[in-house]
Amino acid sequence: MIKFLIKGLLRDKSRSRLPIIVVSLGVMLTVFMHAYITGFMGDTFEMNAKFSTGHVKVMTRAYAENSSQLPNDLALIESGKLLANLRLNHPYMEWTPRIQFGGLIDAPDSTGETRSQGPAIGLGIDLLSGNTGEAERLNLTSSLVQGRLPIKKGEALLSDDFARKLNVIPGDEVTLIGSTMNGSMSMHNFTVAGTVKFGTEIMDRGSVIADIEDVRAALDMEDASGEILGFEKKGFYENKKAENMSAVFNSTSSNADDEYSPIMKSLSQQGNMGQYVQMSELWAAYISLIFIFAMSLVLWNAGLLGGLRRYGEVGIRLAIGEEKGHIFRSMIVESFFIGLAGSVLGTAIGLFFAWLVQTYGIDISGMMKGASMMMPTAIRARITTPDFYIGFIPGVISTVFGTMLSGIGIYRRQTATLFKELEA
Amino acid sequence: MESSNTIIIKGLYKRFPVGKGEFTALSDINLNFAQGEFTGLIGPSGSGKTTLLNILGSLDVPSEGEALVLGNSIGKLTTHEAANLRKVSLGFIFQSYNLLAVHTVYENVEFPLLLLKLSATERHKMVMDALEWVGLTDKIKSKPPQLSGGQCQRVAIARAMVKKPSLVLADEPTANLDAANSHHILKTMETLNRELKTTFVFATHDDKVISYLRRKVYLLDGRIDKVEVIHPNS
Repeated sequence: MIKFLIKGLLRDKSRSRLPIIVVSLGVMLTVFMHAYITGFMGDTFEMNAKFSTGHVKVMTRAYAENSSQLPNDLALIESGKLLANLRLNHPYMEWTPRIQFGGLIDAPDSTGETRSQGPAIGLGIDLLSGNTGEAERLNLTSSLVQGRLPIKKGEALLSDDFARKLNVIPGDEVTLIGSTMNGSMSMHNFTVAGTVKFGTEIMDRGSVIADIEDVRAALDMEDASGEILGFEKKGFYENKKAENMSAVFNSTSSNADDEYSPIMKSLSQQGNMGQYVQMSELWAAYISLIFIFAMSLVLWNAGLLGGLRRYGEVGIRLAIGEEKGHIFRSMIVESFFIGLAGSVLGTAIGLFFAWLVQTYGIDISGMMKGASMMMPTAIRARITTPDFYIGFIPGVISTVFGTMLSGIGIYRRQTATLFKELEA
Repeated sequence: MESSNTIIIKGLYKRFPVGKGEFTALSDINLNFAQGEFTGLIGPSGSGKTTLLNILGSLDVPSEGEALVLGNSIGKLTTHEAANLRKVSLGFIFQSYNLLAVHTVYENVEFPLLLLKLSATERHKMVMDALEWVGLTDKIKSKPPQLSGGQCQRVAIARAMVKKPSLVLADEPTANLDAANSHHILKTMETLNRELKTTFVFATHDDKVISYLRRKVYLLDGRIDKVEVIHPNS
């Protein structure tokens, strides 16, 4: 009997090939869309995390309250000790100190007079110690447009757009005019080692990146850091985990009465990122659910139509003496294998396309011009574990469910009308 | 006398609900069919012949009275028992063949035997026998769309006969065939009836079929109008 059913299945293309194609397409779209949405949402988090918020960030309480003003007078002092403690207590995180600062970059001419000048957002990162992975984290090597990364003290990177605007090239000297931690005016010379383009409008507009020790020297911040950023070693932000870690740190290491005591904030607790995390998680879930639901309807209908199309065959099988339950079960088993085959195929194809978009990305830089939010200029999918099974929800369950619904007709069918129904 | 009868019908009524009332499709039917009969239920559309065929085929139940088919009281059978009766003892031939288009002639004929869970060797012998009865042994690998209407109906006959049922019910089996094919089919069934002693009951108003019948039960408005028995010598 099984052989008979398999033969029928393989020979009847509208019972096997067509449903498998329909299921595959549905599953492929589901898998791809899920990976795409996950990637898009995750990219935006990671972009912000890498450049600004970290997965968690430690600051002084006062700095945290005024963080939008980059108040380095409220920075963490003796940050080396705190950094060592964080590395000891949270070894599954990568910890790195940073100093964000604002200032003016002045490009002098051959006589030392100002040739061009522009406001800059500065970032002091650990570039030269070689053990915090900051260059890789910020993707500096592949973002280089001209020159090279700083390899010695006194060198800095400028964003390429900014360098063009100032008309400076690698090797030129520029002066950072800013204010020290204590509020006095500071002037510090840097040699432009290279220019970078991050593909993020807000970073490309006007930024300077230098080794943190140089920035400390420039801003008179010895052993101080504006902030210490923590990143999950596995690379992905996990909101609950980050919030729990912050809560534990703050309950043990932070003093609410001391505005200079350190406080840890998760990515979602910084600025309006919380709303964004919440909203994007919600949207990702909604979009995935809507898509899964839509695909489920399509595949459920495909299963339903497949069942109805075999009305005549079911009729003759009933007349010959096959029991309703047996016919129903055989159709369910058949649809299960159709759903399974389509789901495996669709998942494989969906993952392939997701991999392509994950690897090569879709360039949307044209749409990002002037964006004030840190958004990636290339959309990349991200393949996560659910992508390997999420397509099976519409693929198998809906196909079987559709067949089950159409199969109810078998039970409702009156054998008394079979002769009439089986007439031409 | 009754024990040799394949079918015994006593005071049978069949009523269908229509709106708030009822429509009586069969009324006070009393009829016996002996083993090996070649009988027809004859009448115009709406006379009740297909309704009676449904009841004899355990596809429907009487509203009143009794229909005993091969010793089984149709009205008292469970769904499972009714399916089992059809599976083991009854064969059906339909007006429009109803063959499974993607399966070969051999597989179509083999299908009822699969339900009986016979061994492959037994099935092969029985299928080849059945195809030999209808003269289609050279078409075992063909599929229904490759056959003519007459050949399709012969496959349907082989499928109905393959398990050597005690009773074959045929509803207008020649309605879709031309005269030559109709006669060929009817002769085949007549031969099988004679050789295997299978009881054939037809529902028909086709003169070609009627001319082959040895007993004719005329139905009119759900009642038996008259019964004609054709003697072998006539």
